[in-house]
Amino acid sequence: MRDFAYHRADDAAGAVALVAADPDARFLGGGTNLVDHLKLGITSPGTLVDVSRLPLDQVEELPDGGLRVGTNVRNSDLAAHPAVRRDFPGVARALLAGASGQIRHQATTGGNLLQRTRCVYFQDVTTPCNKRDPGSGCSALEGYGRYNAVLGLSEACVTTHPSDLAVALAAADATVVVLGPEGERRIPLVDLHRLPGHHPERDTVLEHGDLITAVQLPASAVARNATYRKARDRASYAFALVSVAAGLELDGEVVRDVRIAWGGVAHKPWRALLAEEALRGAVLTEDAVREAASAELAAATVTAQTAYKVDMVRNLTALALTRLAEGTGR
Amino acid sequence: MDVDLTLTVDGAERTVAVDTRTTLLDALRERLGVTNPKKGCDHGQCGSCTVILDGRRHLTCLTLAVAHEGAEVVTAGGLRGADGALHPVQQAFLDHDGFQCGYCTPGQVCSAVGVLDEVRAGHRSHVTEDLEADPELTDDEIRERMSGNLCRCGAYPGILAAVRQAGGAA
Repeated sequence: MRDFAYHRADDAAGAVALVAADPDARFLGGGTNLVDHLKLGITSPGTLVDVSRLPLDQVEELPDGGLRVGTNVRNSDLAAHPAVRRDFPGVARALLAGASGQIRHQATTGGNLLQRTRCVYFQDVTTPCNKRDPGSGCSALEGYGRYNAVLGLSEACVTTHPSDLAVALAAADATVVVLGPEGERRIPLVDLHRLPGHHPERDTVLEHGDLITAVQLPASAVARNATYRKARDRASYAFALVSVAAGLELDGEVVRDVRIAWGGVAHKPWRALLAEEALRGAVLTEDAVREAASAELAAATVTAQTAYKVDMVRNLTALALTRLAEGTGR
Repeated sequence: MDVDLTLTVDGAERTVAVDTRTTLLDALRERLGVTNPKKGCDHGQCGSCTVILDGRRHLTCLTLAVAHEGAEVVTAGGLRGADGALHPVQQAFLDHDGFQCGYCTPGQVCSAVGVLDEVRAGHRSHVTEDLEADPELTDDEIRERMSGNLCRCGAYPGILAAVRQAGGAA
């Protein structure tokens, strides 16, 4: 591991100025992913600016019923917060479906969103990977591909984003508050992460020196009647094969509003807007959900190793929404 | 680059110079001689390095020592009471043979202490059916909450029984 300098930041603006001025500097949050990357040789910064002790660790209940979540709120604390459980159960479920008890105490809200892919080739520096080493090629195209994307992939990269939380936040219309060298700005969560295109080395639209300081969640009926379902190879402590964040507001049997976001299918949390559009105003039945999901999945690109994901995500979406309709699915 | 670091480890204040690249696990084991937390995978996948850090169960392999200036670390070796009696979780692991080789045990014990604290504090889990109701210490809850600690000997039935007993859910 390359030697690096360590600075503990006193304030967010100072941390941003330090990192922005040094192309070789990185923010250090909870560290669950970055420290592993240092060990694996995936990244070799010259300076780490530790932002994990900045006092951005509160969940603030806003007058309109929404929440402002400080970036340093730990995943376990966010899942346990009464307002999150009550008004954003899909977010609480997603957090609880991720990692282990120990890691949820360490992982931060902003860091969770900025974690990087667990593609085995990205994490193995002896293999080509366009995300880790642009232009070197993609080993996953013809290699182990069970976790590969089926939507929005490119020839340069076929990996998926690993976060559960990000998928639930995509369905909850969350906004990310970012502090950069030029000041603060807001980015809808669905626009934070990128599709790979020709530049899979860029996971997000953030520039060097941009620091996520908070996530804002607007209150809504679809956020309150929401859930998160995750399919994985073992019952606990594993990344998603596919996952579904769903929210539902019914008027009798008719869908007044609906949110669907998918994990494990793309380079970013995949907000299924076509499926949502197909369901709004329709009578909510299992068949209607399957048809809506199929409309979204018409664009899927599959291999022998990923074909299962199309059926799995459709099934999981049908399960999530029919249970929410029955009032038992939160 | 060396940095001075002060930690309280199992009740004793310890100061040591560490390279910034040192993980908390390596600082404890290699620099301070505290070998209770074990190095299993060293990548946050097995849980054998778990300690109680500032009151919560925490991995030590995925975190830099330098980020924990002033922290309080309690390892499985520091859980005994003032009278030397075993912690109820430790006693329960003995009572139920919650181990075979013992390598994962210090991490399992610290994690179990954390699990019981979290259930008392009302933290829900992935298998909690009703997010609005206080969680109960069912076997499914224990299995889910302990899933970050692997045991390659497969002593899970004993570990499950031990956590059940220590949690008063026997």
